[in-house]
Parts: sequence; C-alpha cells; structure tokens
Amino acid sequence: MYKIATKKVLNPTVIQMEIESPLVAKKAEPGQFIILRVDENGERIPLTVAGTDKENDLVKIIFQVVGATTEKLKHKEAGEYIQDFVGPLGVATHTDGIKKVCIVGGGVGCAIAMPVAQKFHALGAEVTSIIGFRSKDLLILEDEFNACSSRLFVMTDDGSYGRHGNVCVPLNEMLGAGEKFDEIITIGPLIMMKFVVEAARPYNIPVTASMNPIMIDGTGMCGGCRLTLDQDGKKVTKFACVDGPDFNGYEIDFDEAMSRGRMYSDFERHAYDEACNLFKGVC
Amino acid sequence: MAVVKEKHAMPTQEPQVRAHNFSEVALGYTKEIAIDEAKRCLNCKNRPCVGGCPVNINIPEFIMQVKEEKFEEAYRIINQTSSLPAVCGRVCPQETQCESKCTLGIKFEPVGIGRLERFVADWHNENSKEAPEAAKSNGHRVAIVGSGPSGLTCAGDLAKKGYKVTVYEALHTAGGVLVYGIPEFRLPKKIVAKEVETLKALGVDVEPNVVIGKTLTIDELFEMGFEAVFVGSGAGLPNFMGIPGESLKGVYSANEYLTRSNLMKSYLDSPDTPIMKGGKVAVVGGGNVAMDAARTALRLGADKVYIVYRRSMEELPARKEEVEHAEEEGIDFKLLCNPVEILGYENADDKRDPKNGFVTGIKCIRMELGEPDEKGRRRPIPVPDSEFVLDVDAVIMSIGTSPNPLIKNTTKGLEVNSHGGIIVNEEGLTSRNAVYAGGDAVTGAATVISAMGAGKVAAKAIDEYLSKK
Ligand SMILES: Cc1cc2nc3c(=O)[nH]c(=O)nc-3n(C[C@H](O)[C@H](O)[C@H](O)COP(=O)(O)OP(=O)(O)OC[C@H]3O[C@@H](n4cnc5c(N)ncnc54)[C@H](O)[C@@H]3O)c2cc1C
Ligand SMILES: Cc1cc2nc3c(=O)[nH]c(=O)nc-3n(C[C@H](O)[C@H](O)[C@H](O)COP(=O)(O)OP(=O)(O)OC[C@H]3O[C@@H](n4cnc5c(N)ncnc54)[C@H](O)[C@@H]3O)c2cc1C
Ligand code: SF4
Ligand code: SF4
Ligand code: FES
Repeated sequence: MYKIATKKVLNPTVIQMEIESPLVAKKAEPGQFIILRVDENGERIPLTVAGTDKENDLVKIIFQVVGATTEKLKHKEAGEYIQDFVGPLGVATHTDGIKKVCIVGGGVGCAIAMPVAQKFHALGAEVTSIIGFRSKDLLILEDEFNACSSRLFVMTDDGSYGRHGNVCVPLNEMLGAGEKFDEIITIGPLIMMKFVVEAARPYNIPVTASMNPIMIDGTGMCGGCRLTLDQDGKKVTKFACVDGPDFNGYEIDFDEAMSRGRMYSDFERHAYDEACNLFKGVC
Repeated sequence: MAVVKEKHAMPTQEPQVRAHNFSEVALGYTKEIAIDEAKRCLNCKNRPCVGGCPVNINIPEFIMQVKEEKFEEAYRIINQTSSLPAVCGRVCPQETQCESKCTLGIKFEPVGIGRLERFVADWHNENSKEAPEAAKSNGHRVAIVGSGPSGLTCAGDLAKKGYKVTVYEALHTAGGVLVYGIPEFRLPKKIVAKEVETLKALGVDVEPNVVIGKTLTIDELFEMGFEAVFVGSGAGLPNFMGIPGESLKGVYSANEYLTRSNLMKSYLDSPDTPIMKGGKVAVVGGGNVAMDAARTALRLGADKVYIVYRRSMEELPARKEEVEHAEEEGIDFKLLCNPVEILGYENADDKRDPKNGFVTGIKCIRMELGEPDEKGRRRPIPVPDSEFVLDVDAVIMSIGTSPNPLIKNTTKGLEVNSHGGIIVNEEGLTSRNAVYAGGDAVTGAATVISAMGAGKVAAKAIDEYLSKK
C-alpha cells in the first residue's frame, strides 16, 4: 500500500497528489511514468511523474478526472492509501545537445510537460513554453511554467484567458518569423500533437511527441500499448511503455493511435457512470 | 491380475456447462480412483518414466505409496524433487514427458502419472496440517527477479536452507504466467496463492511493483547487500505477424487478452478493466497459449471461436488434453491455414462512425505440408489462390514471444544469445559473477516444469557458491 501524502485540487477536474514511494522517488526522471491501482480489483492506469521530492520519498502525480479510475482516485484524501504504485517506467525525455527548446502542452498534458520544461531550464537551455486550455477554469501550472520559461504563451480555445486560439497559433507565428528551435516537444491530445507536427514540418524542426496509449502492464509484456511508426517508408511496431512514451513526431501514425485510443469508449462511459453513481452527489 | 488397459478417466465438468463458466474443467481423481490408477503401475525396476520427467521425480516410489493409501508419504517423495506438484500435475505436457516413457504405454495407455501427482498434491493441501517453518538464518541474502515458477522455486529452495530471500515482481501479484497467463479453469489461482503464502511462511519477502532494470538495477541489488541474484523474468514481448490490419481495434496479443481476463479479472461480472466479449473470435497459433485464449473467449461469451493454425493437428504443440477439451467445447479448428491480412470496418463517408477501425474479418490462405525442415517438422507452404475470409470481431495473436531487453540493457556484462535469451552454464550461472538465470528468460517460452527445474539447479549452485564464500 502506498500513502497519499498530499492532495491539492488544481482545477475542477485536475488534481495533484504526492505519493510516498521511496524507490520511485529516487529514480524517476522527467518523461517517465508510473502505473497505479487505486484498490484491489482496480484497473492499472499510467500517470506521468510530475515531479519528485527525494528527501521525503514523494512522487508527484497530476491527473485529470476522465473516467472510472481517475474518479475513484479523486475521492481519496491525503493520509489514505492506494493499492499499487510501480515505476518509474518508460524512457526519460532526452535532453542531450538541446540548447533551445519549445514545449507545447495541451490540457492535462501540461502537467506532463512541466517537469520536462523544468529540467531543460535547470540544464541551462532556453525554454519557450506554449500551454493551451479549453477555457480559463481549466488553466493549471501557469506559475510553474513562468518560472522555468524565458517566454510563455498561455492560450485558451474560448479566449477567456491569455490569448484566444490554440497552441499552434504562436508556434506558427514564431516559426514563420524565422525562429529556430533545436527541438519541439509536444504533450497533449493526439489531435493537437498531430497539428504541432504539421506546423513544424515545413521548417524541418525535430518534434518529439509524448504518446499515451492504453496500457496494462507497462513492462513490454502485453503489446496493448503498441503504435506504428513509419521509418523511411517501413512500418515498425513499437511498444510505448518500453520504447517510449516519447517518439519522433514525424514517424507516428496519429490516426491509428486515435482510433486505438477509442477501443473501449462504450465500456468506459458505462464504468464512469457507475463510478459516478457510487459517489452520487459529490461527483 | 489382468492389467487395466486404459487410464482411469479424469472426472470433468460437462463440456456444455464448462464452456460458460471459469471453474476448473478437470475435477481431479477421488481417493478410490487414485488408488485404482496407482495399482496399474508395474513398479518397473529400470524406471523409464523417471527419465521422462525433467526433474526426475521418483515416480514409481510415490505411486506405490498412493497404492498403499499413504498419501502424505507420497507427497513427501514428490516434494524432494518438485516444489509445485499441484501445478505441474495439472499443466505438464505428460504425453511428451513422463508418460511417454511409461512401460505400460507400449501396449496400453500409460499410467496417469500427472493425474496421480495432482491428486497427491491436492490431498496434501487439503489435509496436511504441517505448517512450513522458516529455517535458521545463515546470514546470506539472495534476490530473485520475477515470481514465475522458476523464481518461486529458487526462492523456496534457498529459504529452506536458511537464506534470506527477497523476490521482486514487476506486476502487482506474484506467480508469473501462472497468474496472468494460464486461466482459472485450468489452474485455480488459489493454488498459486497458496504456494506464495508457503514461501512467505518460510521467511521469503515478496515485493510486488518493482521492475528490475527500472525501479532497481541488478548492480543496485548487490549494493543493497544481496550476494547473489537469480533472474527468472520470463519469455517477454509478444510477437506479431507483421501483416496488414494488426493495429485494428479488436486485435490482441494472447498475453494482453489473457492478462485482461486473468490478472485484471475482467472475466468477473463487474471488473474495472475492459475486454471485448461476445461475437466471433479467431485465435492465431496452436500452442497452450492459443488454446487458453480460445477457451477464454468462449467463456467470455463468444458465439464462435476459431483456432487458425498453419500446420496440421499432428504438429499442434499444445498439450493433448487441452486440444481435446477445446474440441469438446466446440472450438472450430481451421488447420493448414495462415492469416495474410486482418480486415477492418471503414466508412469512408463518415469518419466519425464509431464502428470505424474495428475488426470485421481475417483473410487466410490454405497451406499444405512440404519437405521437413531442420527440426524434422514438415514446412507449411501456401496453396496459390486459396484465400478465404472468416468473419470475426476479434483476433488474438498467439504466435510466440521474444525476450524483454530491459534487464540485459541495464546490466553490464550480461550476455545474451542471438535470440535474446540470457546465456547460462549448466549451473545456471550467467556471464556475470553471482548472477544466475533460468526459465523462459533463458530458453524462450517452454514449460512450467522446466522453469521450476532451472530454479532448482540455480538454487543449488547459489548455495554452493555462497557457502564457500
Ligand atoms: C504514459 C502515459 C502517461 C499519462 N500521464 C497522464 C497524466 O500525467 N495525467 C493524466 O491525467 N493522464 C495521464 N495519462 C492518461 C491516463 O492514463 C488516463 O486518463 C487514465 O488511464 C484514464 O482512466 P479512467 O479509468 O479514469 O478513464 P477511462 O474511463 O478508462 O478512460 C477515459 C479516457 O482515457 C483513456 N484511457 C483509458 N485507459 C487508459 C490507459 N490505461 N492508458 C491511457 N489512456 C487510457 C481512454 O481512451 C479514454 O479516452 C497518461 C497515459 C499514458 C499512457
Ligand atoms: C497462456 C499460457 C499457457 C501455458 N500453458 C502451459 C502448460 O499448460 N504447461 C506448461 O508446462 N507450460 C505452459 N506455459 C508455459 C509456462 O507457463 C512458462 O514456461 C513458465 O511460466 C515460465 O516460467 P518462468 O519462471 O521462466 O517465467 P514467468 O512465469 O513468465 O514469470 C516471470 C515473472 O517475472 C516478472 N518479471 C519480468 N521482468 C521483470 C523485471 N524486469 N523485474 C521484475 N519482475 C519481472 C514477470 O512479471 C513474471 O511475473 C504456458 C504459458 C502461457 C503464457
Ligand atoms: S512433474 Fe510433470 S513430467 Fe514430472 S512426473 Fe510430474 S507430470 Fe510428469
Ligand atoms: S514406467 Fe509406468 S509402469 Fe513403469 S514404473 Fe513408471 S509409471 Fe509405473
Ligand atoms: S503496456 Fe503492455 S506492453 Fe506496453
């Protein structure tokens, strides 16, 4: 059992927790993730390590309530325990030789992008961050990004905060004005990442996309997290949990990944309704 | 006394009934049947059957005890060489191992050695009051990577000798393939859980949720004070065929399908982990894994389940009993067929059609058997223009695994062969000092009993190494 040390509500659907897990806290690097189960018989879900407090053995996670499991987790309080917590899994985001980077995060993807941005900042790279949300109510981590970015663009789809429009607006402006980056790192909804890749393509700037397919074991045993890359015209199957979650954005078959991500939508909607019934009145 | 020519039949659930539940198919011999079956054994002086068992269980000796109704004594004899008899009695491919060598089998059916072994183990589990006791500590610490049959066996043998053993397991439950792969209807999970409890009573620490190579490395285990490490990390990553359509929704690896059903319990009524149920299902492959996936699909409510296998019934590598059970339950064997493409639904006019991207069928080509290959198995070759389509809603790929590179990549000096299997000597020692390995991680996908045997060999070698230290 793993203790929830702290809990903080960042916005109505996004929650931050720190979990006591000495081994994971010691090892985790930005870009890696953990898998947890809330209770016995619970589903295994992957969440990115949003930071560590090595002195106090704590691992930070930030999650958006989207379905049954995240709903259950939302109802756990500081001091309570969760059943399982394993990691750090996946390959850490590579930072070697990158001096100027643009981080593009969307929605809860910003939580995943934050530790990456912080690491680049700590390594002395020049960090430009673009973070996008549907509206002002959903905005998270603005201060954290401000602290580690030399430039920060906050975008909202409805214009209720920051600039009006999606994350590609400032990206296109910069690239169009001749701005160069060693790398663009994008984390968020698949459709957003697909557009970021398209925005960068004419300028030949490397794009790394952090993928989040459905996972079970997270150790390479089941193949459920597979995605298809196009490497020089050859189709290659990769397992996101061990080969990723970061991949070369130009090689990813985003359409396939989007389709696979919807495999259980009917089931999930049902399970979510059930979880909500369970917590009636508070949900 | 005349010899009873046939093995005593195993009482089983009726096919029509069991095809819709997850309870164990084979119910086990009663005391009376067991004694009668034991009486069939000729107690041969040259004991050919023993040579057919990978761990050389003293077969006639234990059977003679069964005949005398001394079941605990029989258990003690088996337990000298095997630590998982309740498991192996159920899942060993006896027809190619012990029973294939049985003298009685020359003229009649061989003695039901596996069934007797299972009976003895179950009897012991139900009736024995002997509580396992932790041995006196010898102060040495050993780490085990993976809690499959190889790891559990190595841990048990060392603990009995007084070693302080810690088993690290990547998943949340111990047991390896025995919990995530082999389904409840063939191997009830409570048997595996009992084995793990016994180990804990012997003083073994079982640490789930630790991935060696990620959470901790092998070098760190040594830094933490472990003096030897055994790697029993299993067979690894599922293979796919590389044919079009394998990324469609409804295409699973057998590992994923079985893990969802077994480990994540989606076979229960209200699990949190989803799995596709019902419809028509094709399972590609012919091993035990394929049989388990097919029979699981049936029990999850499929209307029709096919096994698609590229050779003929004769070459089918699964345990004979599982194939027979599968046939009785109504699994449709499409033999001498090989998939060439998986077909999916595509509504070009409506990109948002929720059915888009789901499997609708599997296109196969008929095969015929040509000349034998290096291993003597006749090579299947496609018959030109013989393609046909099976309408299905899900496809389960069960065509083998390749080793997980996680441990190799994070352990300097650990050598692997061209297939990625860890290289060991006859004592289970790898190219790294004090690092031992065994089971599927070394051999590629094999059997429970061979993995268990490898765990025993390594435990002995580790004991010799550390007692000299
Ligand atoms: C490597 C990785 C890192 C992630 N990091 C974060 C993070 O830091 N914060 C965060 O809020 N979310 C993160 N996710 C997504 C998160 O795992 C899912 O939101 C979560 O599993 C949903 O579970 P649920 O039961 O609440 O919802 P469900 O009802 O199961 O599903 C709701 C939605 O989540 C998707 N989903 C369901 N199961 C999974 C799964 N096992 N893996 C991925 N997606 C799934 C579904 O396709 C669906 O769109 C990450 C995913 C991956 C693969
Ligand atoms: C569906 C199925 C049916 C089968 N049926 C039969 C049968 O009827 N008869 C038979 O004899 N054999 C059968 N087998 C084969 C048999 O189960 C295996 O040969 C045997 O389990 C191998 O044992 P093992 O100890 O080597 O590894 P496994 O049982 O594979 O266990 C390895 C364990 O190590 C863990 N692990 C892996 N990597 C790490 C890591 N880095 N850190 C920590 N832990 C790790 C895994 O999670 C797993 O729990 C079947 C296999 C399958 C999949
Ligand atoms: S362990 Fe397997 S091979 Fe050995 S006697 Fe038992 S059933 Fe036969
Ligand atoms: S070979 Fe058969 S008959 Fe002979 S001892 Fe072994 S089990 Fe008994
Ligand atoms: S989650 Fe199972 S292989 Fe990646």
